[in-house]
Amino acid sequence: MDSVASILIQVLNGLQYGLLLFLVASGLTLIFGIMGVINLAHGSFYMIGAYLAFSLTSAFGNLFLALIAGIVLSVLLGLLLERLLIRHFYHRDHLYQVLLTYGLILIFEQLRSLLWGDDVQGVKVPELFNHSIPLTETLSYPVYRLVISAVCIAVALGLHGLIRHTRLGMMIRAGAHNREMTEAMGINIRLLFALVFSLGVALAALAGMLAAPVSSVYPNMGSQVLIICFVVVVIGGIGSVKGALVAALLIGLADTFGQVYLPQISGMVVYLLMALVLIFRPEGLFKKT
Amino acid sequence: MHPHSRTLGVVLLLALAALALFPLVGGTFYVQLITKVMILAIFAMSLDLLVGYTGLVSLGHAAFFGLAGYALALLQPKYEPMSIFITLPAALALCAVFALLTGALVLRTRGIYFIMVTLAFAQMVYFVFHDTALGGGSDGLYINNKPLVGWGELTLFDLENRTSFYYLVLVLLVAVYLLLRRVLASNFGHALQGIRVNEHRMRAIGFPVMRYQLGVYVLAGVLAGLSGYLSAAQFGFVNPEIISWHQSGAVLMMVILGGMGTLSGSMVGAFVFVLLEEFFKDDTVFGAVAKHWQLLMGLIIVAVACFLPRGLIGLLTRRKRDAGDA
Repeated sequence: MDSVASILIQVLNGLQYGLLLFLVASGLTLIFGIMGVINLAHGSFYMIGAYLAFSLTSAFGNLFLALIAGIVLSVLLGLLLERLLIRHFYHRDHLYQVLLTYGLILIFEQLRSLLWGDDVQGVKVPELFNHSIPLTETLSYPVYRLVISAVCIAVALGLHGLIRHTRLGMMIRAGAHNREMTEAMGINIRLLFALVFSLGVALAALAGMLAAPVSSVYPNMGSQVLIICFVVVVIGGIGSVKGALVAALLIGLADTFGQVYLPQISGMVVYLLMALVLIFRPEGLFKKT
Repeated sequence: MHPHSRTLGVVLLLALAALALFPLVGGTFYVQLITKVMILAIFAMSLDLLVGYTGLVSLGHAAFFGLAGYALALLQPKYEPMSIFITLPAALALCAVFALLTGALVLRTRGIYFIMVTLAFAQMVYFVFHDTALGGGSDGLYINNKPLVGWGELTLFDLENRTSFYYLVLVLLVAVYLLLRRVLASNFGHALQGIRVNEHRMRAIGFPVMRYQLGVYVLAGVLAGLSGYLSAAQFGFVNPEIISWHQSGAVLMMVILGGMGTLSGSMVGAFVFVLLEEFFKDDTVFGAVAKHWQLLMGLIIVAVACFLPRGLIGLLTRRKRDAGDA
């Protein structure tokens, strides 16, 4: 019984990690796919989210209020960044987008260091979810991790509904398909891009806020997530939200099981997976045509 | 050759003379600093070969830099030196093999994909050394002796001497510069620049684009390996940070800061980047901010991306070449 339960725990952990990656990667892939911008600073938004959860939870004494305030703040940050910097880079070569967003990472990391210091911080799991479901006599599963997965699934469904069934989603799909034509049809592409960018920032920050109680909050926490999300986007195919979901779950499970069964090479498992995909499907699993 | 090549030649010769004479006047600290600058200049030129000349934006170039450094650390016995004629070719061969293997994969992708995939492969190398016992984990490895320039009992000159080390690096810098000038002026070099401008047309004319790109990818990897080897030898240790993507980002910054698509620009970029870094770290100037020097560096990087697309060299020359169309 114990071995079945422990495999179940690994599967749940893998799915939960994968779903969190999806939140970050979906914003990344939308920003790539629709705006044609490579955003290295996307991992920083995840980090900012986690630190916001840390500060806002102690300010409000409640993770739910912190989540709402954090999302509002990150949307504002997204709008501001898009207006001041990103907007001027849509028609520039990717090289300069890389340079700009690399510079932004350094700035965000140091501002984080100035504002919050360099210590590892913890965020409390909300009382309501701070217990475990017993699976066997010795093994149990923390409820909060299930809550993370549930929230991520809800967001994924919401995103699907937004993109497939709303007017905004229609514009997003049109913009992803053909930017110039969409603009020619009279759609305010600038506003659309600003919204997509802030949506991406908010999704990454939300992932950071949700993850904060389980992963704790520490310097450079964004880089690791960013690079894994690149792998997710490469495997899933640029611009494909569905691809990002499949690839994120694949990576989440591969990484979790890798750490248990192949601890020596666990860090490399996801990259080997990426190499395999590149050999057989260099455009990713769900390349948009 | 553009009309400024005469002026450029004079400036480069003056710079070479200044570098050759520098150890006579500079103190130990500055000799070491300039050695570091020259090593990074080789690194920056190797990346410029990809970014500036071929239009391949790699964000994983530190992988080669780190691989060669680790090769030196792992090959050399712990407490005695080993001939540079063994360790250097071995380190460069390792880089060439890694470039061939990963190049065959990354060159299947373009644009944003290429940037992400090169970064991801470099990160894989990072984890090889960070997570396994092979390279001492996150602590890295010490290199207690400088490589021996000679065979067995015979020592040609002693690299433990900082000035000798400086001159070796200077000679290699000049050699790499001249080699790349030759390569870029050759048919191979012209084909690369053709690929940068219009890959499809080059393919239509009948150039084996992939083979040319793989060739330049291997050459760039080997030269990055040379700089990584020298850097590891200079500082006497390696750790996973030399492979981190911050290293890859920093060298990309050097290339663009100086002016990409110009070898001298890469060298200028390396020089200015290192000096800026030292300047921002100086707490007599910046006080408490010096601890957060990366904040100032980040602001400079953002400013360069916004206002200086053709780099410092672009300010001086009036060449109307769009450095952006890659």
